[in-house]
Amino acid sequence: LAPWIPVVGLEIHAQISSNSKLFSGSQVQFAAPPNSLVSFFDASLPGTLPVLNRRCVEAAVMTGLALNCSINKKSLFDRKHYFYADLPAGYQITQQRVPIAVNGSLSYSLCTDNKMGQMVTKTVRIKQIQLEQDSGKSLHDDTRSQTLVDLNRAGVGLMEVVMEPDMCCGEEAAAAVRELQLILQTLGSSQAVMAEGQLRVDANVSVHHPGEPYGVRTEVKNINSMRFLAKAVDYEIQRQIEELESGGTILNETRAFDSKLGCTVPMRDKEGKQDYRFMPEPNLPPLILYDAKSLPANVNHQQVINIDWIHERLPDLPSVKREKLVEQYGILPEHSFTLLNEDGLAEFFETVVKQTQMKPKKVIGWILNDLLSYLNQHSLTVKESPVSSFLLADLLNLLEKKEISSTAAKRVLAELWKGEGKTPLEIVKEQKLELLQDQKELEQICQAVIDGQEKE
Amino acid sequence: LSQVSAALKEGRVTPTELCQRCLALIKSTKFLNAYITVAEETALKQAKESEERYKRGQPLGILDGIPVAVKDNFNTAGIETTCASNMLKGYISPYNATVVQKLLDQGAVLLGKTNLDEFAMGSGSTDGVFGPVRNPWSYSKQYKEKSVPKSHSEDEDSNWVITGGSSGGSAAAVSSFTCFAALGSDTGGSTRNPAAHCGVVGLKPTYGLISRHGLIPLVNSMDVPGILTRCVDDAAVLLGSLAGHDPKDSTTIQDDFKPFELPNLTDVSKLSIGIPKEYHAPGLSSEILALWSKAADLFKNAGAKVVEVSLPHTRYSIVCYHVLCTAEVASNMARFDGLEYGHRSDKKESTESMYAATRREGFNDVVRGRILSGNYFLLKQNYEKYFVKALKVRRLIANDFMKVFRSGVDILLTPTTLSDAAPYMEFIQEDNRTRSAQDDILTQAANMAGLPAINVPTALSERGLPVGLQFIGRSFQEKQLLTVAKWFEKQVQFPMIQLEEVKKHDNSVFQHQKSASFS
Repeated sequence: LAPWIPVVGLEIHAQISSNSKLFSGSQVQFAAPPNSLVSFFDASLPGTLPVLNRRCVEAAVMTGLALNCSINKKSLFDRKHYFYADLPAGYQITQQRVPIAVNGSLSYSLCTDNKMGQMVTKTVRIKQIQLEQDSGKSLHDDTRSQTLVDLNRAGVGLMEVVMEPDMCCGEEAAAAVRELQLILQTLGSSQAVMAEGQLRVDANVSVHHPGEPYGVRTEVKNINSMRFLAKAVDYEIQRQIEELESGGTILNETRAFDSKLGCTVPMRDKEGKQDYRFMPEPNLPPLILYDAKSLPANVNHQQVINIDWIHERLPDLPSVKREKLVEQYGILPEHSFTLLNEDGLAEFFETVVKQTQMKPKKVIGWILNDLLSYLNQHSLTVKESPVSSFLLADLLNLLEKKEISSTAAKRVLAELWKGEGKTPLEIVKEQKLELLQDQKELEQICQAVIDGQEKE
Repeated sequence: LSQVSAALKEGRVTPTELCQRCLALIKSTKFLNAYITVAEETALKQAKESEERYKRGQPLGILDGIPVAVKDNFNTAGIETTCASNMLKGYISPYNATVVQKLLDQGAVLLGKTNLDEFAMGSGSTDGVFGPVRNPWSYSKQYKEKSVPKSHSEDEDSNWVITGGSSGGSAAAVSSFTCFAALGSDTGGSTRNPAAHCGVVGLKPTYGLISRHGLIPLVNSMDVPGILTRCVDDAAVLLGSLAGHDPKDSTTIQDDFKPFELPNLTDVSKLSIGIPKEYHAPGLSSEILALWSKAADLFKNAGAKVVEVSLPHTRYSIVCYHVLCTAEVASNMARFDGLEYGHRSDKKESTESMYAATRREGFNDVVRGRILSGNYFLLKQNYEKYFVKALKVRRLIANDFMKVFRSGVDILLTPTTLSDAAPYMEFIQEDNRTRSAQDDILTQAANMAGLPAINVPTALSERGLPVGLQFIGRSFQEKQLLTVAKWFEKQVQFPMIQLEEVKKHDNSVFQHQKSASFS
């Protein structure tokens, strides 16, 4: 059987972290009472007009710069028409013709199969980033044959990040999305929490034989966790291969991921091709951005965005942070990945290092092997850790000063984990775990043991 | 307006009296069907508040206490806004359009909402669900004298003429003295056309000068709020109180706007008036042609430079307009699904069937026709062929004007309509689309190019009905446009309408100068 090459592209919708929506002043907030965050414009009351939110544009520019994109100094807004209960105006305002950022790239890393630890870096091209409105939510109540519509989310700003089909499997897709998520969170342009719907991923999947043109692709939607992303993509790849090998064909359709069954199913109401009747949004002039060179002299700074100014103020991206950790502390690259992967872990590690004489290379072992495994076992975040960085530092200091053995230290940690408020020193005293340093005392004990043995 | 304002300040008349007189006149001219909603209670309340301010010697400005009317496609908080459509019958908006708010903030008294073609689609104000608007001049002495009585019983009721549209209600309201000024909207001529037929001043400001926030849109890229008044000075006053940047409308320009008073122009020798030859359109009545010619001579004899110019792409503007207008209509009407507000059908089988039934029940044929056309033009396979092409033609039309203005012409002089107002029975012989295509031809290019334009009532036709002429100016040069219009107005001395109902309510406040008419 000829080998198959799977091809995976992604369309990622990231909710912009802002106080108000993309085109109106209503608040952005998760889980508010239904229809309590809806302005006249969001409800599409006739006569209302969109007004662009500056913060959302800045978020998109930051994200574009972080992803090595060219920022379009002039971008346009369009209307994308379709009828649906959660789209009050009957159209979504998006950027179809000229989006705000294009032609970028994202580097991400994977653990290779062979040994635990070896990492390989891959790159995926970013086709574009566009600003667009989120839709409301509709809940189907089949028992009463009705649909309940909540417009709180309608109009919230989204950045759609389009990743070219440079990935080949679920693992790569998940790693790429994970890295994007970290970048967004570092920038603050999106909180990117998948569980709260702030990061939604649609996967475009196809398979083909080497040397042949790309196969028909399907779009997999409704993936709302990182775990499911890898599963959904891999399932779909497998499904397509099986279908094609048994002589079937792949339909260019939209499928939903059913997390309970672990498979993809066709989506009922997305049959047939939609003609969105794109039209320029007449109520929004072209979006003009400036850089230091093109910035006009007498201008109201409230009304303009300077790309260079934003660039200068970008924080260190995850890849840079990792490099710095490796360089500063002498830890391994794969360690730096784990540190950044857990929210707050890198800070925890650095705080411990500052407060202990133990070398960072040794501290990292305690962080990644001991602390992290405790946290994972109990499904706790770093913030929720009953063992604070100070406590751990204290403990490691005892170990470093050779006042306890490393076996004893592990026992103390277990005790600390109970969170009873005792200090490491107190626990050591309680359990009599002190290392005997006194040569004479040791000799006496050994002699006693030998003597005891002789008697028997 | 300045006369009334002075009278109010001096206490010769009170805002309440003024308001009551207007309300009474509205009642006695009910047969005109100019108003959809009369907000009697709130108007009297506003009048009372105005009165308090005058008593304290602290009026808000020249508009304080002045009764005005607003076309029913502007949002008015607490007062029904219907757009003369079943879709919005009973719809009470929670907010005021910016222009309405501005009027209220300056103490104007809002008498009510005026009638129009459904969703402002039409050139007769005949296609709204509340029925057609009748031109007050149908009942004027001037018209009755000239009309041939067919038979005694037929006389009054079958001979009446249309107001033109789509802001017919506003034009009729101003023309019949039931208010001092009214807001209309202008997308293809909808303020200037009825102004011409009703013998009032109709101003279309430059696109981007006055906020559209709260004006229910027809074509977002061409709509402007229109101003209807009985004289040019009044239009300048209204313009001064309404123009300026609105952060809620991103298509308004940011520049500061300074309200102005119109100078009394005496010397026109520095003016260059352009006469675009393409505006000698097929179907232009010989009467209006003669009037246009006379007006050009008027300027020439007064020393102005009058030149013939060419706007070669004029004849494509109707088709171009049709494509762009229907496309935007299809888009703008997509929000009317019955879910959040407005009419909702009883059909419950599915969301789709509910949408379809709601829209079929809520919209009239004209609106539905435009939606279907518009969606056709926006289909992926048609977009380049129609929409993009129309945009390009639009650019050419706008460039025509720019070239002419750059060559030294200050103002263009053209007819506003092809003929005087048609009798209703004759008008409805053709469908809305045909009529619109015919009637918009002289006004619509100004909307394409976003230029300011104004109708000035010029003379009475053979049938005793008003005929107006149009001046088109440069972008944002309303001051120059209105100055020239004011000079022209003074020269022609358009006669006052002689209406029985108005005579009954007569009062020195309503009087105009009376002198020989222009024709």
